Amino acid sequence: MKANEMTSMQRVLTTLSHKEPDRVPLFLLPTMHGAKELGLSIKDYFSKAENVVEGQLRLRKKYRNDCIYTFFYAPLEIEAFGGEVIYSDDGPPNSGIPFINAIEDIKNLQPPKIKETKALYKVLQATQKLKEAVGDEAPIIGVVMSPFSLPVMQLGFDKYLELMHFHSDLFNHLMQINEEFCVDWANAQLQAGATAICYFDPVSSTTIIPRNKYLETGFQIAKRTISRIAGPTATHFASGKCLSIVDDVSQTGTAVVGTSSLEDIGAMKQACRGKLTILGNLNGIEMRRWSSADVNLIVKETIQKAAPGGGFILSDNHGEIPFQVPDEALMAISEAVHTFGKYPISDF
Amino acid sequence: MDKQTIHSKGFEMALLALDQSKAESIIRKAVGEGSPMDVASKLVSDTLHRIGEAWEDGKLALSQVYMSGVICEAIIDKLLPPASPLRMDQPKMAIGVFEDYHLLGKRIIYSTLRASGFELMDLGGGLKTDHLVRIVQDEKIKILLLSVLMLPSALRVKEVKEKLADAQVKIVVGGAPFRLDNQLWLEVGADACGKDSADALEIVTKLMGEKV
Repeated sequence: MKANEMTSMQRVLTTLSHKEPDRVPLFLLPTMHGAKELGLSIKDYFSKAENVVEGQLRLRKKYRNDCIYTFFYAPLEIEAFGGEVIYSDDGPPNSGIPFINAIEDIKNLQPPKIKETKALYKVLQATQKLKEAVGDEAPIIGVVMSPFSLPVMQLGFDKYLELMHFHSDLFNHLMQINEEFCVDWANAQLQAGATAICYFDPVSSTTIIPRNKYLETGFQIAKRTISRIAGPTATHFASGKCLSIVDDVSQTGTAVVGTSSLEDIGAMKQACRGKLTILGNLNGIEMRRWSSADVNLIVKETIQKAAPGGGFILSDNHGEIPFQVPDEALMAISEAVHTFGKYPISDF
Repeated sequence: MDKQTIHSKGFEMALLALDQSKAESIIRKAVGEGSPMDVASKLVSDTLHRIGEAWEDGKLALSQVYMSGVICEAIIDKLLPPASPLRMDQPKMAIGVFEDYHLLGKRIIYSTLRASGFELMDLGGGLKTDHLVRIVQDEKIKILLLSVLMLPSALRVKEVKEKLADAQVKIVVGGAPFRLDNQLWLEVGADACGKDSADALEIVTKLMGEKV
């Protein structure tokens, strides 16, 4: 490390305080790529905490990443509730048929007990071991699915929208259960060593519900939930748009906003300046076929628009890099941020 | 402003307010002035098309598109039951979710097309390549609408297309990976790609016009 070079933690904390660090922090978020590193199938890789620990450490070193990411897969909480997880050889584990068959079943739903649930315990073990390995040198980002977005996998999206619009008592009951679980799950990860929690809330994005519905529902739930999480949070809309609700999102107590590649990053910067740090917004789907020249062009443009003044972390737009994105593209992104992301940002 | 436009504006407002009875009364009034099929294929279809476009432009949210489609489908099903001879004569069409169980996108397109007077089979979710290919061949489907959520599933549409090379079926794809990558549908050999319900209506109407 050079004399004036910051640690990843210093770099991230500086940008979060809306000041310019030594360079733009990079949160490359490959999850399944750890399986490639270890020569394991995706299913085997996620079967043991030790694999994910080794995978994350190798990936961080390889890509000179500024965080450790303890996200296993999206349906982890569904697995904890007793739902089905479907593994694939070349993609993220996915949720199966929703486990709540009839909305009346919500009345009998019980939240999982965290330490007695194998899938969750595995994540806590991985978090603890990763904390032992990196200490305070780099932030460890834990993940929760928001109480408001989890029902997409609990019930199915269509049934959930009908629940939200027409069955307010059952909707509120489900939110109570999910909120208690989400707070406990987030705090357990923080106790295990996570530095911050990424609060995935795609249903709150304006792609999915209009702002007035968000203010009645997802916004209130986020405010209540985030206020009880005993550490910093980042809200991620997983490719959903959020520009028109940035002011509202900033009032939920979150520090960071995960930004879609469908959003104008310059307009996002204007809206977030001084209020929220932007995390984003490289297109993970297109990234699969980016050449080095494409990477340089896109990374430079993103940095020029969003990095001045701090409050910016370069990342993908979804919170999970597709398995099909080749190493070359990820290495090129890392190289580009190390080359063009040094502060003060120049015009190139 | 002509009658159709007045009905359409009022109908759109009723749908976005989730006021099913108001929406139904507008449709019943319109049916008194034309045939049920005309109302479905013009008034309902135009309104849903506008709502779909407004989502694409970021003016409406997906929940509003979905709820509008469901309300329209329920109203039109009363006027034009699935087996009604008044429904249009069309090539066989089906819709399904390829390789997973996230059904919302499929449900929106299904409701939008049925409410616009089209008939289509719902193949459900979790469809795997060989099973899907067999259904298309057995049922002699001519237009296959496939919704996907994950990138690997989107890439495997190519296999479906290759295995159906002799079946004279047009494959129309949609879903998150195709919305985020404009070139992906061409890469997997799909015949068309719809980003929203408005696109789906346009594509299906065009294919129907060509009688596939």
